[in-house]
Amino acid sequence: MKIGVPREIHDGEMRVATTPEVATQLQKLGFAVSIESGAGAGSNFDDEAYRRAGATVVADTRALWADSDIILKVRPPAHHPQLNADETTLLREGQVLISFLWPAQRPDLLDRLAKAGVTTLAMDSVPRISRAQKMDALSSMANIGGYRAVIEAAQHFGRFFTGQITAAGRIPPAKVLVIGAGVAGLAAIGAARSLGAIVRAFDTRPEVKEQVESMDGEFLMLDFKEEGGGVGGYAKTMSPEFIKAEMALFATQAKDVDIIITTALIPGKPAPKLITAEMVASMKAGSVIVDLAAEQGGNCELTVPGQVVKREGVTIIGYTDLPSRLAAQSSQLYATNLRHLLTDMCPKKDGQLVVDFADEVVRGATVVKGHEITWPPPPPKLSAVPAVKPAAAPAPAAHGGAAKKSDSATSMIVASVIAGAALLGIGATAPPEFIQHFTVFVLAVFIGYMVVWNVKPALHTPLMSVTNAISSIIIIGGLMQISSSQPVVMWVAGLTVLLTSINIAGGFAVTQRMLEMFRK
Amino acid sequence: MGIVITSYIAAAVLFILALGGLSNQESARRGNLFGMLGMAVALAATVLGVVTANHAVLIGALVIGGAIGLVAARRVQMTQMPELVAILHSLVGLAAVLVGFANFLGHSAEFTSDAAKTIHDIETYLGILIGAVTLSGSVIAFGKLSGSIGGKPLTLPARHWLNLIVLLLVVWFGRSFVIESAAGDGLLPLIIMTGLALLFGVHMVMAIGGADMPVVVSMLNSYSGWAASATGFMLNNDLLIVTGALVGSSGAILSYIMCQAMNRKFLSVIAGGFGTGDGAAPAATPGASQGETVSVDAVETAALLAEAKDVVIVPGYGMAVAQAQHVVFEITKLLRDRGVKVRFAIHPVAGRMPGHMNVLLAEAKVPYDIVFEMDEINEDFPDVDVSIVIGANDIVNPSAEDEPNSPIAGMPVLQVWKGKTTIVLKRGMATGYAGVENPLFFRENTRMLFGDAKKSLDAVLKALREV
Repeated sequence: MKIGVPREIHDGEMRVATTPEVATQLQKLGFAVSIESGAGAGSNFDDEAYRRAGATVVADTRALWADSDIILKVRPPAHHPQLNADETTLLREGQVLISFLWPAQRPDLLDRLAKAGVTTLAMDSVPRISRAQKMDALSSMANIGGYRAVIEAAQHFGRFFTGQITAAGRIPPAKVLVIGAGVAGLAAIGAARSLGAIVRAFDTRPEVKEQVESMDGEFLMLDFKEEGGGVGGYAKTMSPEFIKAEMALFATQAKDVDIIITTALIPGKPAPKLITAEMVASMKAGSVIVDLAAEQGGNCELTVPGQVVKREGVTIIGYTDLPSRLAAQSSQLYATNLRHLLTDMCPKKDGQLVVDFADEVVRGATVVKGHEITWPPPPPKLSAVPAVKPAAAPAPAAHGGAAKKSDSATSMIVASVIAGAALLGIGATAPPEFIQHFTVFVLAVFIGYMVVWNVKPALHTPLMSVTNAISSIIIIGGLMQISSSQPVVMWVAGLTVLLTSINIAGGFAVTQRMLEMFRK
Repeated sequence: MGIVITSYIAAAVLFILALGGLSNQESARRGNLFGMLGMAVALAATVLGVVTANHAVLIGALVIGGAIGLVAARRVQMTQMPELVAILHSLVGLAAVLVGFANFLGHSAEFTSDAAKTIHDIETYLGILIGAVTLSGSVIAFGKLSGSIGGKPLTLPARHWLNLIVLLLVVWFGRSFVIESAAGDGLLPLIIMTGLALLFGVHMVMAIGGADMPVVVSMLNSYSGWAASATGFMLNNDLLIVTGALVGSSGAILSYIMCQAMNRKFLSVIAGGFGTGDGAAPAATPGASQGETVSVDAVETAALLAEAKDVVIVPGYGMAVAQAQHVVFEITKLLRDRGVKVRFAIHPVAGRMPGHMNVLLAEAKVPYDIVFEMDEINEDFPDVDVSIVIGANDIVNPSAEDEPNSPIAGMPVLQVWKGKTTIVLKRGMATGYAGVENPLFFRENTRMLFGDAKKSLDAVLKALREV
């Protein structure tokens, strides 16, 4: 099948749905790849690079759409300014479209696609299960967005992030508050930390505390019991009491911190308003707010989506195209997400796409199949984060340990009793000569015990081969009998000497060979 | 005769020094030299002081045997060490049997009392018994290790009863041997007992599964020592007694360490049957579907390694099978040259005999100061960026710690899953010896690199050179 990648037409969109590298890999799956001329320009991939990767570069937009079986895009179809036609009209029945779609916000678009009979997979609807992580474009874009948010903040923040003591005086480190510790939030924490800022983070889901701490951020706890984890690892709306407590926390933090990065989103709902106008006013002059939820209305009351505004001396950044501002990186990750999805849907690697609803990932992502709208999908079976972990294991384990201990104590006593009885028995009956040998034997066992415990585990194999060699001391038995006048005894003894000398020579030689290999 | 005895004392001391020398790598070579010296002293003293005739046979046997031994030692692959050790054990066992028979047939010793005679007969009987069990057990162990006998445990019905019956028969024939020997006879019960002991050795090792081979090898090591000791009692030779006791306790300690490392009781190992899923059929893993594994290719693995600062490699028997240790070292060298901290973590039962992995790594020129034991490195895993598990399974199974019902619950394991990323090299999704599912493969931070370990690592090395 033929994959077509058109140029993105959304104003300011720099990303592209495939890169030369991914194009090569798609061809390995059996697909032919065509790309619209100039599609990669915004991400610094020129047409020549795509050609070298084996893709066909098509100048005519309509021809590209018409000739392809699968269309890969970043943004949802929209009105094409040059052609003066909506991109959906370029699609035809039987084609497959894969892009971001936001089906919840765009029921009209779903209707049009269904009417046209275009099977559509929305990358933003890929379910959040472990297996689908490699196709989770939202996460890969959020990661980039989080990173870029810190860079944007640094750009507008008139001071250092890191603290320093200089000859000219002390520079205090910047304090950053990250609200929402999802993928974007964690990326922001990491980026801000590595610039040297003091980073605090808040999230309604207490289970992310560890993740925040693993990024070296400080997790702000709310003294309030309520689980914020919703289905599929996303957050959900909280109770009014919780929100009140949370707002009080933000109000105190706002007075203290220099930079606030908000990433709070609840799927299918407008972004919650977390930073009020009063909080903005209470912030120090020169502070920066980066609102990653701007596209969904913003977490800050004063955010203007797509713009940077200054209110009460505070810069509020409402860019909605942060991933696009790191276009080469975003394109690479997004294209790889797409490739993983296509790999899953093309199990035979023969260039044929199979829309298999038995596959939970494909089912979740598919919003239109043929003429039928298949959105929303049935809810995913598993949350990425297990809600409650059973904490019962340690108790029985401890119990077993105790039982074992008493077991071994009993067996110790039994063993000593038996050993004592055996010694008494031997002492009572055996002749003195035997007792003498027996003494030597017991002492030798103890020496062996003491010496061998000191042997390094690393040298256990040489230990075995050397003990094997010295246990061939049994050769003495053969030597003592070899002078016998009885031919049978002599030959048996000769055989003993032969066998044991194999052992002696072999055992020592192989030990030496091994030991010589151990080097620092 | 006095000189012979004092030489024996010197030899015994030298043997103890030989074992003591193995306490660390620096003194180990000197220790081995002490061992050789001790053996030379003992041999020279015996040959000069005891042997009076048949020197031609003696020299012929020494030369031929020595030559065979040297050639075998030179030719053996380090991966085949367990087989070599097993077959050498069988020779000690056979020698003990032969010495016992020769001693019985030679009737050399005169006895002061009936009790002394009885004790002597019991010693002979025991020496042959232990020798024969060592012999046949080692031969079977050799077969299992070299793959000519399947690794699956043979579980005959009522096998514990069979063993008990054999034991009772052995005791009964022992009694009739002592009685008949007093009348100048007794060869028949001795031969029957030897046959029974051989069968017992075969049965015992056949019943033991592949996972328990390290225990078996060290147990046979121990037996070969006890056989030498029993022979020493029979011959009234203290050097044999001492040496046998040293070797016997050494093997016993190794068996104990191996059992500890698998959290198994020695008796239940000997009783056999582990590794079949015998009784403990993969204890219905909670939530039957364990999720999905994430596989990576060599290039991605190389990229992970290139970015890591702290790498731990966990080798298992699979590395030896694939002969991957040399390419492992090449990768190690490359990473170390780039300033990455690379260490090896060795589980006590990794491989087919105690310390097997250490020898393989040493052969591949891995410096021993970056090779660590489980207890030395387990605490460090949370700081490790990438752990590479090569051909190991049960020894990195988190269910040993998490699932009280698992057949391997309580076995100490290498906690690779606490590191940031774990790469598992495996041929397929088969379970390990213990037949237990390994949840490690389904962890979020685990990546699977499927395929032959050597080929995969060759590809990783190539990709790493290009990074």
